[in-house]
Amino acid sequence: MPTAIFGSIEAGAIYALMALGVYLSFRILDFPDLTVDGSFVTGASVAAVMIVGGYNPFLATMTALLAGFAAGCLTGLLHTKGKINALLSGILMMIALYSINLRIMGKSNVPLLSEETSITKLTAFWQGLGVDQAIESLFGALGMSFVPKTWGILLLMLVLAFAVKVLIDLFLKTDIGLAIRATGDNETMIRSFSADTDLLKIAGLGISNALVAFSGALVAQYNGFSDVGMGIGMIIIGLASVIIGEAIFGAKTIVRATLAVIGGAILYRVIVTLALRVEFLETGDMKLITAVIVIGALILPKLFQQQKEKQRKRRRLAEAKKMNAYGKSGEQFAAIKSDS
Amino acid sequence: MHMGKVVNNLLQLNQIHKVFNEGTPDEKTALHEIDLHLKPGDFMTVIGSNGAGKSTLMNMISGKLVPDMGEVLVDGKDVTLVKEHKRSRLIGRVFQDPMAGTAPAMTIEENLAIAYARTAARGFRKGVSRKRRDFFQSHLEMLHLGLENRLSAKVGLLSGGERQALSLLMATFTEPKILLLDEHTAALDPARAELITSLTKEIVEKYKLTTLMVTHNMQQALDLGNRLIMMDKGQIIFETNEEEKKDLTVEKLLEEFQKIRGEKMNSDKAILI
Repeated sequence: MPTAIFGSIEAGAIYALMALGVYLSFRILDFPDLTVDGSFVTGASVAAVMIVGGYNPFLATMTALLAGFAAGCLTGLLHTKGKINALLSGILMMIALYSINLRIMGKSNVPLLSEETSITKLTAFWQGLGVDQAIESLFGALGMSFVPKTWGILLLMLVLAFAVKVLIDLFLKTDIGLAIRATGDNETMIRSFSADTDLLKIAGLGISNALVAFSGALVAQYNGFSDVGMGIGMIIIGLASVIIGEAIFGAKTIVRATLAVIGGAILYRVIVTLALRVEFLETGDMKLITAVIVIGALILPKLFQQQKEKQRKRRRLAEAKKMNAYGKSGEQFAAIKSDS
Repeated sequence: MHMGKVVNNLLQLNQIHKVFNEGTPDEKTALHEIDLHLKPGDFMTVIGSNGAGKSTLMNMISGKLVPDMGEVLVDGKDVTLVKEHKRSRLIGRVFQDPMAGTAPAMTIEENLAIAYARTAARGFRKGVSRKRRDFFQSHLEMLHLGLENRLSAKVGLLSGGERQALSLLMATFTEPKILLLDEHTAALDPARAELITSLTKEIVEKYKLTTLMVTHNMQQALDLGNRLIMMDKGQIIFETNEEEKKDLTVEKLLEEFQKIRGEKMNSDKAILI
């Protein structure tokens, strides 16, 4: 059990990059971008094919990131210059990418288990530092028996996610970043302040999908394969992470919201892992579980809000009644008071 | 070579013509060969009934619409085909809807930073630097609304009047060549409208902005500015210069309209007074 949860936190940290990408398109640009289902696999396939071809896995991962950027820009072009509805331009790119991803890989699945990947390289680098032994002895001293294979991937991936988060925070405070945010908030306004909203949307979707592909490339290396179907429902997982994160950790400022998205991505993985432990659920039910989680995260806060409002009303009503009773028997009270 | 010095027009519209839905039963001439010249510092108010072409005129100048014929010159440069967002480096605009001119999910200082960055290409500079914050604060004080103490409040939390005052400041504090005011007090209650009107006067005078203001309120059109035009059915049907405008009253304006058009201002009359 602890091993499974440890694994889900590890994976969550990698998926957090994808969730940050979805946050950029969905929340900042107000653009429900379904390209994600395709660009995630594009990242995975580009990285996998290059690694198998003998390229440096870090170079392969960076190339995957650029491929995602290109895919996002194309969706942006379809929407802004082709004047195609936002949802539809994402779906079109998603479908087109399915074939493109098959072309990139040449088959539907590329295994990486025997290859040297970014993940194996990082693990080797980490184990050379000898930090694992230190943590292990600390845990031993505390009387805990849980020993994962390595702490390296979890910690390095968390550092990576936080580094990306900080970069996003800083970027969204620059002149260009502010203009991108305003594009999602009030397009008429930002156009009257000399911003080319078409260009900003294209760039924003490019950055968003670059992060998604980056995440896809790392997930392929983490899982040991790239598969053409691994992106199905990815947008919903991204939305689940964003919505759960915001509901639990809050989204008052950008700094807080991006932190919430990372938390949401990890939490989502943990919830799914726990759900799959329930006896009558199977691996194939995962998408259904995801859908239920998202529906819950969307509906529950509203229900809580209504409940609170009802309670407040009831309390006010009760108070008003009390006040009325008080007013009628006011003389008695006064009499008692003067007596004492 | 010229005899004497000629003052250049800051805004010049030459024979602007625009037809909507051309070739269909809904065809409508929105602007009919309009000529308009604004000298530096001119403040022109534009009145006219619904469908007179006032908004189309504004959209021609801002670049939202492209004329079928004619040309738009700003500061001597032909901008007829220059895109709206490029043109808005030179042109400030305040919309009728108080919600239209600001980004509600962003803070007051972020909104001001967006407006501040309009004059040049945007880069990776920090939007709200300490230096800029001081600059924003000193300008917000001019509005007398206490907004200078609420720099990090989200604009969505402000009232309609406060948002419109902020929009006005954002449109003007970078001193654009031309300021377009599109019925910018029409959606506010009388007290707020009064406040925005007096702020408009103050700001336009302070920066000596060349201004074109559309209004439905005749009294406001008379109170503000040094020039006035009346539009109807896509044409400028009445124009006054500075001297004539001083003696003008609402009654005289209505009389003028009836004389020219030979018809009564019907339903609009109530709105206009």
